[in-house]
Amino acid sequence: MQEDNINWVQDMRRRIADNDIWYSFTHTPIAYISAIIGISLIALAIFAPFIAPQNPFDLASLDLFDASLPPSWLDQGDQRFLLGTDDQGRGILSTIFYGLRISLFVGFTSVFLSLLIGVSLGLISGYVGGRVDAIIMRIADVQLSFPAILIALLIDGVFRTIVSKDLHEDLALYVVIFAIAVSGWVQYARTVRSSVMTEKIKEYVQAGQVIGLGSARIMIKHILPNVLGPVFVIGTLHLALAIIIEATLSFLGVGLPPTTPSLGTLIRIGNEYLFSGEWWITIFPGLTLIILSLSVNLFGDWLRDALNPKLQ
Amino acid sequence: MSLLEVKNLTVKFPSRKGDFTAVDDVSLNVEPGEILGIVGESGAGKSTVGNAIISLLEAPGYMSGGSVWLKDERIDDLGENLKSAIRGRRIGMIFQDPLTSLNPLETVGAQLIETIILHLELSEKAARIRAIDLLNQVGIENAEERVDQYPHQFSGGMRQRVVIALAICSDPEVVIADEPTTALDVSIQAQILSLLRKLCEERNVGMIMVTHDMGVIAEVTDRVAVMYNGKLVEIGETEKVLYKPTHEYTKSLISAVPRPDKKAHRFPLVTYIEDVEMLPDDVKLSDLWLGKTRDYEGFEGPMLTVDGLKLDFVTKRAIFKRNNTYFTALKGVSFDIKQGEVFGIVGESGSGKSTIARCVTGIYEPSDGTVSICGADLNKLEDISKRNYYRRQTQMVFQDPFSSLNGRMRVENIIAEPIIFHKQAASKADVNKIVHELLEIVGLGTGAARKFPHEFSGGQRQRISIARALATRPRFLICDEPTSALDVSIQAQILNLLKDLQEELGLTMMFISHDLPVIRQMCDRVAVMQSGEILEIAETETLFNTPQHSYTKNLLDLMPKFRT
Repeated sequence: MQEDNINWVQDMRRRIADNDIWYSFTHTPIAYISAIIGISLIALAIFAPFIAPQNPFDLASLDLFDASLPPSWLDQGDQRFLLGTDDQGRGILSTIFYGLRISLFVGFTSVFLSLLIGVSLGLISGYVGGRVDAIIMRIADVQLSFPAILIALLIDGVFRTIVSKDLHEDLALYVVIFAIAVSGWVQYARTVRSSVMTEKIKEYVQAGQVIGLGSARIMIKHILPNVLGPVFVIGTLHLALAIIIEATLSFLGVGLPPTTPSLGTLIRIGNEYLFSGEWWITIFPGLTLIILSLSVNLFGDWLRDALNPKLQ
Repeated sequence: MSLLEVKNLTVKFPSRKGDFTAVDDVSLNVEPGEILGIVGESGAGKSTVGNAIISLLEAPGYMSGGSVWLKDERIDDLGENLKSAIRGRRIGMIFQDPLTSLNPLETVGAQLIETIILHLELSEKAARIRAIDLLNQVGIENAEERVDQYPHQFSGGMRQRVVIALAICSDPEVVIADEPTTALDVSIQAQILSLLRKLCEERNVGMIMVTHDMGVIAEVTDRVAVMYNGKLVEIGETEKVLYKPTHEYTKSLISAVPRPDKKAHRFPLVTYIEDVEMLPDDVKLSDLWLGKTRDYEGFEGPMLTVDGLKLDFVTKRAIFKRNNTYFTALKGVSFDIKQGEVFGIVGESGSGKSTIARCVTGIYEPSDGTVSICGADLNKLEDISKRNYYRRQTQMVFQDPFSSLNGRMRVENIIAEPIIFHKQAASKADVNKIVHELLEIVGLGTGAARKFPHEFSGGQRQRISIARALATRPRFLICDEPTSALDVSIQAQILNLLKDLQEELGLTMMFISHDLPVIRQMCDRVAVMQSGEILEIAETETLFNTPQHSYTKNLLDLMPKFRT
């Protein structure tokens, strides 16, 4: 058994060394730099409670005397608050770490949900065809005629009217995730559907039919792994978009409440102080958002090119 | 002084794993009025030689050594402008696929006239006259009308004639033809080859004919160069090379070509190409899992009975069923296959031969008629376990080894899937043992189990496909053009394997092919198909010696004859 494991490890190592995508990754600066930045930001978000100098949500630790301090390198800056504080005396650096956490959580879960809905519908649509395909694709067409942000606003609005305000505050996070997920599934469904249609006429699918495998098994075990390549690309690019949509919603005040601030909420809060000269409250969360979405986007762009055999 | 001379040509393709030498120190020459064939299997570098001569190497390939001389003038080190003046003007080209080498948006005439004006500096009017004249020469009737038609209005063979007219429109001294007939059906291939021969003689043009097909080489070339792994292994008079080959590779290549004239039991001497791990002689198939008695009920009648099989494909779907338009792929086909027999189906592309296979295996549902395996009509069986019992008896080997295996699965999982699905083994360990046995039987060795399909060549993939088909212990195996995507030597190996398996396991086989010599080697009885109908069914020897139907006679006449 031990020997088997060693073989397996060697096997994997050889495969990785052989892999063209890995080669392209290590030889494309833009790819690995954006990956490093992206992963660092994710790490900051995950380990925020351990890394952040303060816990901005621990009311006991807040001191109003610390309110509205500029970044530490300016006059009146305080060494404890590298990027300054907001009007409540919360350190901007710490709120950014915690805000990242929420932004990324919303981004990843909504992309995952979107992917789940889109891929399943696309798979069924492409494999079954006929009426089922027509119905799913017409729904997709209708949805595509609305901008994503409008759909998200719509869903959020509906929720606001049906649940009470307190409950809404608790559920806001999930509502936003749901809204973003529903607004983004169409892309996955369309891509998967068209890949499925080219895959399903290939002979390995027929071989499965000859063996006697059922449709569900052929779809999930044989076709699905072969259509996932583009899905990952869309997923990565969608992640950046989802983070931005969430920030937009929060900026407009329909996203996450100030009690659980995401990057977008922070930007909105800070925006009010922009003209009173306290620029750091909004600029730093804004920069973080730009760096995050840019690195994810650039990584996604590279992934798309690397997976495209025509560009090699 | 030769017309065209290639001296010590070496072409390299740099890659991150070091330079790959595609052409290694090749020297050859072409005389006026002569056709020089370059023959070899895929990856031998034969097309690269042609591309290097006209300096059209695909990036990032480059010429790392050697020189090309046209009438004692060195042409490989000229500037790009001078090179493109030679290309098309003094050296003409004919490519493989007539569908893509013509511009679909311009009339045939416009393309000819443009080329003529560019190279010969004639007036538009004179160029048009010349274009019509050329079309006449390449055997296009009504050239004056057809010159103003678009490529899609021409059939495949006619389009290839237009491409030939384009290649010779500037009176080139040399023509390079890269697989000019590979994309065409046999009947059209013969016409194109005799046209090329005639043009060479009439115009005293030197031609290089790149091909993988020994039949084509035998038919038209004067001399032939054999390439293997980028090296020129043998060059000489066609007669001499084909009938008295000196190099081991040439010998093995020639022995692998299926003979159209008589049935040989096996293809000898085909081990040069790809290493095969054969089972040791003392291991008998009957001792292994695959050879053990199967749990099928005995049945006396024919293995397969197809009766009045019809299949319509919907080409245009309307809201009401009766308004749909259909394409009839099978027009009522009937035949049966006896147990233990190898039954061949032969026909040109679009004749419906693969459609039959897909109806028999249940991929398509017939519009009318019945398909019965061992007397049971599969489409009428409601009970799934019963249907799987029959399905398990019939397996299929597909045409394209690259798309017939799921690239995301390891070989062991591909082969294990049918075993597990049909509950043929008691435990995981048993499944593994059977998979390893199967891999050894098809000549891949157990090391193949943990790899992915893309790590194998086409021939090896076809072996995996065969192992998968055997994994349900079928008694009826359908082979749909199992070798048409493979090189001739690999084809011989795969045919040998199929034949051995058929004999040792007593399989019944339905063998579909467009290739008459292959059919002759493999089958006991043959059905000839054309546009969805069976024209005649006869014993193989009878069919080849005394064909009844005129279509069959025609097919047999046109078959390129390698040995005459």
